Amino acid sequence: MGAKNHITVALAGNPNAGKTSLFNAITGSRQHVGNWPGVTVEKKVGKYTHKGIEIEVVDLPGTYSLTAYSIDEIVARDYIVEERPDVVVHIVDASNLERNLYLTTQLMELGTRVVIALNMVDIAEKRGDVIDIEKMAGFLEIPVVRTIANIGYGVTTLMDEVVKEAQKPEHHEHEIGYGKEIEKALVKLESIIKRDTHLVGIYPLRWIAVKLIEDDENIKERIEFSPVREEIEEFLAEIDTIDFEARMADKRYEAINAVLPQVLKKGEVGMTTSDMIDRVLTNKYLGIPIFLILMWGAFELTFTFATPFMDIIDLVFGHLSGWANENIEPAWLGSLIGDGIFGGVGFVLIFLPNIFILFLMLSFLEDSGYMARAAFIMDKLMYNLGLHGKSFIPLLMGFGCNIPAIMATRTIEDEKDRLITILVNPFISCGARLPVYLLLAGAFFGGQAATVIFFIYIFGIVVAVGSAKLFRSTILPGKPAPFIMELPPYRLPTLRTTVIHMWERGSMYLRKAGTIIFVFAIVIWSLSAFNGDGYIEETEKDIDEGELLVGDGAFEGKGRFTVLEDGEGTFTGTVLETVELKSGTYEKDRYYEGIELMEEEELHGDGTFEGECEFLSDEDGGRYIGEDFTVEESFAADIGHGFGPITSPLGFTWKMNTALVFGFVAKEVVVGSLGVLYGVGEDEDRVSDSMEDDKDFSPLVAFCLMLFTLLYLPCLATVPVIYKETGSVKWTGFSVGYGLVLAWLLAFVVYQVGSLMGY
Amino acid sequence: MAPVMPLQMAPEGKELRVTSINAGRGLTRRLIEMGFNERALVKVLNSHGRGALIVQLNDARFAISRGMAMKIMVDVA
Ligand SMILES: Nc1nc2c(ncn2[C@@H]2O[C@H](COP(=O)(O)OP(=O)(O)OP(=O)(O)O)[C@@H](O)[C@H]2O)c(=O)[nH]1
Ligand SMILES: [Mg+2]
Repeated sequence: MGAKNHITVALAGNPNAGKTSLFNAITGSRQHVGNWPGVTVEKKVGKYTHKGIEIEVVDLPGTYSLTAYSIDEIVARDYIVEERPDVVVHIVDASNLERNLYLTTQLMELGTRVVIALNMVDIAEKRGDVIDIEKMAGFLEIPVVRTIANIGYGVTTLMDEVVKEAQKPEHHEHEIGYGKEIEKALVKLESIIKRDTHLVGIYPLRWIAVKLIEDDENIKERIEFSPVREEIEEFLAEIDTIDFEARMADKRYEAINAVLPQVLKKGEVGMTTSDMIDRVLTNKYLGIPIFLILMWGAFELTFTFATPFMDIIDLVFGHLSGWANENIEPAWLGSLIGDGIFGGVGFVLIFLPNIFILFLMLSFLEDSGYMARAAFIMDKLMYNLGLHGKSFIPLLMGFGCNIPAIMATRTIEDEKDRLITILVNPFISCGARLPVYLLLAGAFFGGQAATVIFFIYIFGIVVAVGSAKLFRSTILPGKPAPFIMELPPYRLPTLRTTVIHMWERGSMYLRKAGTIIFVFAIVIWSLSAFNGDGYIEETEKDIDEGELLVGDGAFEGKGRFTVLEDGEGTFTGTVLETVELKSGTYEKDRYYEGIELMEEEELHGDGTFEGECEFLSDEDGGRYIGEDFTVEESFAADIGHGFGPITSPLGFTWKMNTALVFGFVAKEVVVGSLGVLYGVGEDEDRVSDSMEDDKDFSPLVAFCLMLFTLLYLPCLATVPVIYKETGSVKWTGFSVGYGLVLAWLLAFVVYQVGSLMGY
Repeated sequence: MAPVMPLQMAPEGKELRVTSINAGRGLTRRLIEMGFNERALVKVLNSHGRGALIVQLNDARFAISRGMAMKIMVDVA
């Protein structure tokens, strides 16, 4: 075998051992790192060149062994066992050696080339542990390199060892002896398996034998069609595999414990700081109140801290929009830039500060180690509501974005528990929904805005757990499976990592604003500025003698001005026939300035009328300056009106309908759309002022719109993820349908009851 | 001989020894892989009455739900 210049390296190890940190340090990527087990749930590939050798590095989900129980572990197991990377870097948490080495024994048995990255040595050493890595490498016959993954310490040395190891042949020499009786059984099994030449080519013989005794599902599947299957099964039926398996596990721990004392000198172990913090934060009585106070605090901060920044951005975009409308020619381009881009995208960007603060909180939650504790604190409550203890983590993550949250359910072993967690996740208010709440509550609830938004958040949670309870008692009956989860030690997150995490996710919002929201702002602008007849524009036209024109604008000439129903206007000029109007009596042939005409009033005159009316020109004809048609007659209005019959019981107008239709793409688009629809053809600099001017837009309607936005549909990007994770069209459809129905029903009840109560 | 009891019933703060695991084969294996092998020494750090527990096993801390803690048998070491 010649020297390889392209090798694949898998990063494997227990959950939270620092695999992704190491991956990032090696490849320069920025994959998600967090201080709780189960952050990584799919494999990630990165490239790195080390001394001319191309290395494909694969980050894997954490796993305790090569037997998989949950989907994330299957990913890790399959990659290591089936894909056979050239080298497995086993990331061992130095501060928890014994348990971590259990996986080492399994990797040894599999016969892959292994290099151990002894990670978190900083923590182990700080508390006084002394680890003799030379001895460790000697005993295990595996190279060991000290690393501190989060600062990139030891990476070069590690990769040196990896490259060296990759050039060696696979070796199975170091294995654990299981004692006479079991060894005899293994030899016998091996001799049977050997006759299946196909299987022998794939895995080491001894490993297959061990896995068969361990009743491993994957291997059992593998021998399904093997010619020696019956013989294997007969043999396995003769021995007590359960007892054998237990003894084998014992032997592995025995082997580890034989090595450990010679390698590791443990420092003082008193009560750790972590345990002391736990005394308080996970206290039987204080746990839940502290959790709620923290959440409330985080919420308050997200809201209040951002306000001044929001105001600044708001003002800037308001001015930009006004400026573009007035100064850019032609007018349609001015409107596209002013109303569409500055109005739509800018409107979404106003909420950037909130989003960043929200993600800052979530990063802190994840990096501190509190995340996993929250699941513990809430376990009893969750259990009573029919949710698995581990479900709490995906629910919390949902406040950021439902997509990673739904992916995070992969660590939940039980299918039903997992499915329920996926189905209820979209009801958790993600970051994209926050701008919708901020906009609507800000415009309609003034000083109460924070309370209203908090209520909406709580409402989402109530719907989520209520739905879980409902599913448990109907379509997915049963009790949540018992759970066990490792709790990471508390760590004070460094400012740097927290800020990086915040930026990673906050910038997603920024990217979205620059791409999808940008595109849809233009789409919605186009739909609202055009109809079948073309662009909605100010026109000037001459009207011939005896012609009738209906319009909203200024009319000049001699003729009859009949104000339309609902309309009004003012006339300046000479009155040609004496009239009695609500505003007074005006005499023939006299000149008046600013006569007010109210609805359905008529005046015969020679001069200028401004307002909405029917103008019938006299002998000389006249001139009209105004809009041909308005946004009310645009395509956007057609779409909105189309949904009118469905949403009018909820108090929604066409503008809201249109915004909701496009909001399916991404919830921020609801904000962007409202920004455009209330911007086009309006004079107000600030769109929220135009919204307040809309008489159909009451606080009650705004509230219902928030509720509806919360519940109605997972966003376009979430639906395929639900499909991928449930693997079922049926459940995906159910998720979408259930949300829609629930959104409608709840908004209906709130609107109708609210209306009756006079809001 | 010290009485064997489920972890759920064990007193807080006492050094305990895992004697056996009363669960199906898969779950037993999983617990062993996580370090709850026979003779492993554990300590209940925090017991929420009828709720979940926080258990120390060497340098690791685990949150264990009540249902799970009933399956892990221990005696006082
Ligand atoms: N002090 C210290 N912290 C580390 C070290 N390596 C990683 N960390 C921290 O440990 C935590 C877990 O790191 P990750 O890289 O997400 O661990 P992982 O193994 O990928 O975790 P999963 O994907 O959940 O299995 C993070 O908070 C890291 O910042 C280290 O060498 N020293
Ligand atoms: Mg990871």
